[in-house]
Amino acid sequence: MSDNQAAVATYGLGKRYRRSRALSECTFSLPPGRICGLVGPNGAGKSTLLRILAGLTVPDAGSFELLGETPGPGRSGWRRVAYLDQDRPLYRRFSVAETLRAAAALNATFDFGWARRTLEDLGFDLHQTVGTLSGGQQTQLALIWCLGRRPALLLLDEPTSALDPLARESLVRLLLATVAENGTTVIVSSHAVSELGQFCDFLVLLTRSQVRLTGDVDELLASHRLLVGAAESSPPGTVLSSATAGRQATVLVRSEGELFAPGWDAEPVDLERMVVAYLRLYACAEDESAALDATTSARVRS
Amino acid sequence: MNTPLNGPAAREPAIRFHITRGSGLPAYRQLVDQVRQALSLGLLAAGDRLPSVREVVAEVTINPNTVHRAYQVLEADGVVEARAGLGTFVTSVAPPSATPEHQMELQEDLRSWAERARRSGMSAEAISALIAVTFPNPAHQRQSSE
Repeated sequence: MSDNQAAVATYGLGKRYRRSRALSECTFSLPPGRICGLVGPNGAGKSTLLRILAGLTVPDAGSFELLGETPGPGRSGWRRVAYLDQDRPLYRRFSVAETLRAAAALNATFDFGWARRTLEDLGFDLHQTVGTLSGGQQTQLALIWCLGRRPALLLLDEPTSALDPLARESLVRLLLATVAENGTTVIVSSHAVSELGQFCDFLVLLTRSQVRLTGDVDELLASHRLLVGAAESSPPGTVLSSATAGRQATVLVRSEGELFAPGWDAEPVDLERMVVAYLRLYACAEDESAALDATTSARVRS
Repeated sequence: MNTPLNGPAAREPAIRFHITRGSGLPAYRQLVDQVRQALSLGLLAAGDRLPSVREVVAEVTINPNTVHRAYQVLEADGVVEARAGLGTFVTSVAPPSATPEHQMELQEDLRSWAERARRSGMSAEAISALIAVTFPNPAHQRQSSE
């Protein structure tokens, strides 16, 4: 796979469940070796997108490529893709050691030695029954199952949602250390945007089944600024959110290239602030067509 | 971090990084600055090993690409070199401008100066402002010279 070939490329993916749209016109391209944060409110289509990429849900529109090829019957397709869903699917009656043996038996590429070492390093008792492990340990074990397969692409659906802060941190450490060694491409969905902001370098933001913002995190942050200035003057760039207090306005704007804002005090934004502004923008947009117009102008292509 | 994720390193890395979130300074920049600062304070010497990318991300939970980028900047500046299979090492270093003892002395002077400024009724902001106009900002100089 060459460097400029996308690890994941989707073209107009769509999925309907009965009468509701789960995903529509979903198009983005993720370069290899990136850690991509997938954010959006509940029901925005994050899980549907991940399940489509994992081969568990068939889209009714569009197409996609993983690691440079279209997956399907007779192709290697999903062999190098690992997916962890929200419910941490594990055999609860198995011991930790039996779980490892099952993972090795089910996956030709499973690195048993690495998995065993990592579990021991994390303080696991290999004889303990999976069902009696803490939630954090179960997630760790499920992640080790995924990572032990040495995937080129790892899809994680809210892996830290049920965990306390310590278990979260420990899971993120494990993930990043392994990803750093293997150059794995990762897509991770989460509501913990500030946590994602620590380690994601790519973003896909979904609301109401559509991609509203996608691209390299540094580039996205560089094209957004928080401006503080006089309420009556009009700010430069595309205004995403605006709050006025007395004579002072605080405005989040987006602009390509250098932002020239005389009379305004410009500050950089962080990922969380930017994401929340977009979520609010599309949550507030009662008029669907107005929101769609904003999408066209606000989408940043990588 | 004491978890064995770090593995039994042949030699302990010579520096530990920390990241301040929300400082506005990109994470890779913070890593670069910390290495340069350690060099100028004489805390890093030629031949010292920087932590591996894996060690850094496991410790400060940042993106591996961020660490790669910081190390590339340092390598381009000739401060460090990557040795295949071994890691990233400090190359040659200009000797620190002052011995650690002398630096402590200077810091003591600065502390008593700050105390005098406080006693004369200056606020912390006013003191910082005075320092800012007295010394050109080294971070800015560095950025413009890149």
